[in-house]
Amino acid sequence: MSRVAEFIFRRRGRNGWHWTDVFTWVWLIGGLFIMFGPAVWLVGSSFKSPAALAEFPPSIMPYVTQKATVEGYDKPLDLYEVTMPEGSKKVLAEVRRIGIVAQMVSPDKPTEIVKVNIAERTPVRTMSFATSNYSEPFTHFDFVRYLWNSVFVTVTATVITLIVNSMAAFALSKYEFRGRTFAMLLILATLMVPLSVIMVPLYSIISALGLFNNLWGVILPTVATPTGVFILRQYMLTIPDELIDAARMDKASEWQIYWRIVLPLTAPALAVLAIFSVVWRWNDFLWPLIVLSRKELYTLQVGLSVYSGELNVQWHFILAMTVVTMIPVVLVFIFLQRFITTGIAGTGLK
Amino acid sequence: MGHIKLTNVTKSFGAVDVLHDINLEIKDGEFIVFVGPSGCGKSTLLRMIAGLEKPTGGELAIDGKVVNTVPAADRGLAMVFQSYALYPHMSVRQNLAFGLENTKMPKAEIAERIAEAARMLEIEPYLDRRPGQLSGGQRQRVAIGRAIVRRPVAFLLDEPLSNLDAELRGSTRAELAALHARLSATMIYVTHDQVEAMTLADRIVVLRAGRIEQVGTPLELYNRPANRFVAGFIGSPHMNFLEGTVEAVPSQKAIATLAGGHRLELPVGADIETGSRVTLGVRPQHIALGAGDNSIRAKVRLVEALGSETVLHADVAGQKVLVVAPGQHDLLPGADIDLSLSAAPIHLFNERGLRLERAV
Repeated sequence: MSRVAEFIFRRRGRNGWHWTDVFTWVWLIGGLFIMFGPAVWLVGSSFKSPAALAEFPPSIMPYVTQKATVEGYDKPLDLYEVTMPEGSKKVLAEVRRIGIVAQMVSPDKPTEIVKVNIAERTPVRTMSFATSNYSEPFTHFDFVRYLWNSVFVTVTATVITLIVNSMAAFALSKYEFRGRTFAMLLILATLMVPLSVIMVPLYSIISALGLFNNLWGVILPTVATPTGVFILRQYMLTIPDELIDAARMDKASEWQIYWRIVLPLTAPALAVLAIFSVVWRWNDFLWPLIVLSRKELYTLQVGLSVYSGELNVQWHFILAMTVVTMIPVVLVFIFLQRFITTGIAGTGLK
Repeated sequence: MGHIKLTNVTKSFGAVDVLHDINLEIKDGEFIVFVGPSGCGKSTLLRMIAGLEKPTGGELAIDGKVVNTVPAADRGLAMVFQSYALYPHMSVRQNLAFGLENTKMPKAEIAERIAEAARMLEIEPYLDRRPGQLSGGQRQRVAIGRAIVRRPVAFLLDEPLSNLDAELRGSTRAELAALHARLSATMIYVTHDQVEAMTLADRIVVLRAGRIEQVGTPLELYNRPANRFVAGFIGSPHMNFLEGTVEAVPSQKAIATLAGGHRLELPVGADIETGSRVTLGVRPQHIALGAGDNSIRAKVRLVEALGSETVLHADVAGQKVLVVAPGQHDLLPGADIDLSLSAAPIHLFNERGLRLERAV
């Protein structure tokens, strides 16, 4: 343990502080807050009750004001710590508040009303996790169905993306044909066309094909990605041509060369693309929102928008379900991050 | 079995002609080596025989059957690549089996052939390893094994030893020769290393810039190079070339004057004429130190003492001459020495670099 501590707290300035030590610590801690702060806040807030969410100033962790049942009052009353005029501190329950004066009672003596200036008191709070934020959507919000839709779209789209893109990349990297470079450039050029530009024509196509209100309508337009073709092609260029010649001498068909030689050797790049594809498809919102209008077909991201109504937004459910939605993506990153780094380093892409 | 014939074969990549009018006949069981400097087209020629490149013109026949349009896999040939091209994601056993599985051979026979090849090449302990876990020499054996299991009519080897270190290259060379003797299959071997060519080949094909310069046994090439290029390419260190002019042609001999005024007596050629310019070729090993009948004066530039022999870099009136003298010599750079050519077989080349035959 002491050796771990020694390693972590090792400084360039040995016994003193070199300026780089200070800079490193500030930089890293600052980075930790910037990168990790929002996530912590999200998770913390997802356990807050609607009242706690509306509170100002906000807190990171979910706190609720303690309540006590006092004889003579129907509802439980909020407890406050009050500084009495003589200086002592007492825990009192609030009966009602008029302007800046609160009428309070001591839980032991329910008949005696004490008037307190609201500046003289602080609520008695304890940490409390509103797990109903999570459990309720599972019961009355059709979370499981949305989850299934999302999983189906993500998995199917990723598998098709991998197959289609790797085939294109194989042809563009290993076959010599006229216009090969042009085809590659054309594919890359489509990177410049944003979804908002092609949204309407794409919608007409999907609708003409009868894929409106169908999960395949969400899946099919997204499977051919220029980024994927580019990543895979760059990787396949590094596979020596001699291997393919050797396979040809070994009487392998073109399909076998692709399936048994090239594809297994492209595994690291395929993993990178799989991660990207999972994240893209999982987080997709706009396109599924356009294609899907029947509630039972919603993906998670679209389903979440149910909670932001025209008149009120149920933040506590949105936050809780956002946390649940993030879990698969986080897991994918945790387990496959070494592929991401090698893949990005290998293709010069981010 | 394994008789390969090329007739007027040409190959161009776009506008670039890589091979010009290649005519060659390879006999069954022969060990043929294609040798030449890089870019001479030797690998392209091999790949064309393999079926990995299509000839632009001419005819390629294996065992009397024209195979110009037959795909690589159906020509009955096996190839060993320079990088070995082992499938990195398969075990050695799978590497050996891949080609056989593709021909739908029964499993039992595949296992039998792999066992036989593994025994022959002593790779049995590594059969379940991946190529990445093998040393260079072991990978090389696996690559050869992959060719052997297919029982091809001919083996095509593309610089198979160039990725090995010098010592391993020597021993593997000997093993290849032994393997050829045992299998007695046709082997076509591409290399740029003339030592490999000399030691392994039944016949050597010397290529330059897409043309065959000479075809012959190693000693034919060494003793009677057809032109200046072959003379300079075969033999190590390479042959010395001295420019000169034929001065007089008395009976049965010719006198040539070299730059710097040296006069040398040459064995005469039939078509040699007074006044014509010739190039004299002398191998470094054939030049002796000391004055003699046919000697020239030279200045020593560099002395490389190797113990068993001494390599002298000398200068004869501006022309560089290499001398390999047996034994050890106490010479310093800058010294003037006499070099005797009296015992040396002198090769004569005309202005176009072609060999002038001696009149015997």
